Amino acid sequence: MSLLEVENIHTYYGNIQALRGVSLKVEKGEIVTLIGANGAGKTTTLRTISGLLKPREGHVKLEGEDLASYMAHEIVYKGVAMVPEGRGVFARLTVMENLEMGAFSLSNKEQINRNLERVFTLFPRLKERRAQVAGTLSGGEQQMLATGRALMASPSVLLMDEPSMGLAPVLVEVIFDTIQQINREGVTILLVEQNALMALGVAHRGYVLQTGEIVLSDSAEKLRKDPTVQKAYLGME
Amino acid sequence: MIRNWIQRITLTDVIVWGVGILILTGVVWGSIVTLGIGKYSTATWIDLTISGLALGGVYALIALGYTLVYGILRMINFAHSEVFMSGPFTATFAAQALIAIGWWNRYPWLSLLIVMAVAAAVSSSIAILLERVAYRPLRGAPRLVPLITAIGASFFLQYTFRGLYGSGLKAYPEMEIFKGVWMLGSVRIFKTQAAAIVGAIVMMLILYGIVQYTKLGKAMRSVSEDKEVAALMGINVDRVITSTFALGGASAGVAGILYLLLFPVANFFMGFFPGLKAFTAAVLGGIGNVPGAFLGAMVLGLLESIGPNLFLDGLGVPAAGQLKDAIAFTILVFILIFRPSGILGERLTQTKA
Ligand SMILES: Nc1ncnc2c1ncn2[C@@H]1O[C@H](COP(=O)(O)OP(=O)(O)OP(=O)(O)O)[C@@H](O)[C@H]1O
Ligand SMILES: [Mg+2]
Repeated sequence: MSLLEVENIHTYYGNIQALRGVSLKVEKGEIVTLIGANGAGKTTTLRTISGLLKPREGHVKLEGEDLASYMAHEIVYKGVAMVPEGRGVFARLTVMENLEMGAFSLSNKEQINRNLERVFTLFPRLKERRAQVAGTLSGGEQQMLATGRALMASPSVLLMDEPSMGLAPVLVEVIFDTIQQINREGVTILLVEQNALMALGVAHRGYVLQTGEIVLSDSAEKLRKDPTVQKAYLGME
Repeated sequence: MIRNWIQRITLTDVIVWGVGILILTGVVWGSIVTLGIGKYSTATWIDLTISGLALGGVYALIALGYTLVYGILRMINFAHSEVFMSGPFTATFAAQALIAIGWWNRYPWLSLLIVMAVAAAVSSSIAILLERVAYRPLRGAPRLVPLITAIGASFFLQYTFRGLYGSGLKAYPEMEIFKGVWMLGSVRIFKTQAAAIVGAIVMMLILYGIVQYTKLGKAMRSVSEDKEVAALMGINVDRVITSTFALGGASAGVAGILYLLLFPVANFFMGFFPGLKAFTAAVLGGIGNVPGAFLGAMVLGLLESIGPNLFLDGLGVPAAGQLKDAIAFTILVFILIFRPSGILGERLTQTKA
């Protein structure tokens, strides 16, 4: 049984169909990446997994349990955390308050403090800035905060939506290093990226999404060598 | 640059600014005349200031309900004046019962706590019910829709309470401990006013503490920024919204008792003016902003209390005291025109949906 299993989901916005039968699996301990062009449905897939959207057809299963009957906020308690597209930090809350909200689903004070230590070790910058209002952080710092905030929930699966978006190349490197680090610490990751080169560099496996459908799936290494992937997503001829 | 700016000025702008400047001149002129002829003694001014602060405190607690709900739903709960009315109106019966069993003056503090609890509980329940029945089904509807519903709900509540308790005035009994005045040096202060000021400040600090430092308060602020991301934190958004209405309702209920200390009669219509003024105060301070609500309410309370004597009198306006309500509404109109963001807050007219 996979940790996370998405079975043939069809998700709509009103009458507009965004996903046409997406299936994917994430095994415990993996980094799996979902790549695809603008508008392919990557964000929609993550939002369906986290319960913000409900599929009209198909299932999302966590350790075999169908999540259909759970609301988004309940799915967090099941161990799924998300770093949303565009980071979504609470701009008027301080860094510390943002992190506290990340741990909203936890009640054990010791666990919360442990997670905080872990986040501060991962992102010493956040520790320095903990009293600062999040809206005044730089883009890179906001990405760290959004990631740290998600980790505060002690997730078993972390969903990340384009963490490299809008960041300088140096920072992109840092973020991808961190993703690997987080994964080594035992967090399973489903990573949505447009930066296919970097994503396939850190992931174990990958799926390629095109207009709401999975068109390819393989190990990251094989996808990197795949001619269609190279042409369409890696910018090689 | 300047040419552009001049071209953008319309006739309406000119008229609006003209009227604004006229009113401001009137206020300044009237104040100078009044102060110049020395018609009122210092003691009178102090009296007016104190009653302005007491009034402001009451408005602040009501304004908080508008501001909290607006912060979270970007919606003006125009039925909040009835949330305010329901609690204290009901509490007058509790007060009668306490008199009947002889507690009212034997255990005055306990009795006061009981009527406040009754008022807070009723107002809070009405607020929760209002959200469930009238607003929740309309979430996601265009912004005008819940506004109209709010006005409907407001009438519904007024006439429900009229049906329940009758259309007459219900007296709120005086307490022995609040009779008379205290002297602070040479300053005379009515005990009821002192109680209203202290009560409002204490309640305000409690509410501010809740919003700023508790898990619920932080969740409220998160929901107010982004409901989806809040849900991704594990926050039950609907429950936070319910809690917000409950908190605003409780605050209005307590405000109602303080209001009855100052003006000891209740009826089904008692919410209208204080409600509208508290709304003005919330907008004045910057709607969605808790300290702003407090600030706006104090400014409004003071203006309303001192204003008639200070500038209307000086302008030779007859029966100036009866025009105090007009001051509040003039202010409302002018902040909406000149500074919709209020003193501290975000813009009322163009906020994110
Ligand atoms: N709120 C919405 N209402 C209607 N259609 C939407 C909405 N959000 C997304 N869509 C549509 O659904 C499709 C998939 O969008 P989605 O955001 O999942 O793409 P994406 O792969 O994340 O793209 P990007 O790389 O640009 O973030 C697109 O065609 C988009 O226009
Ligand atoms: Mg996207």
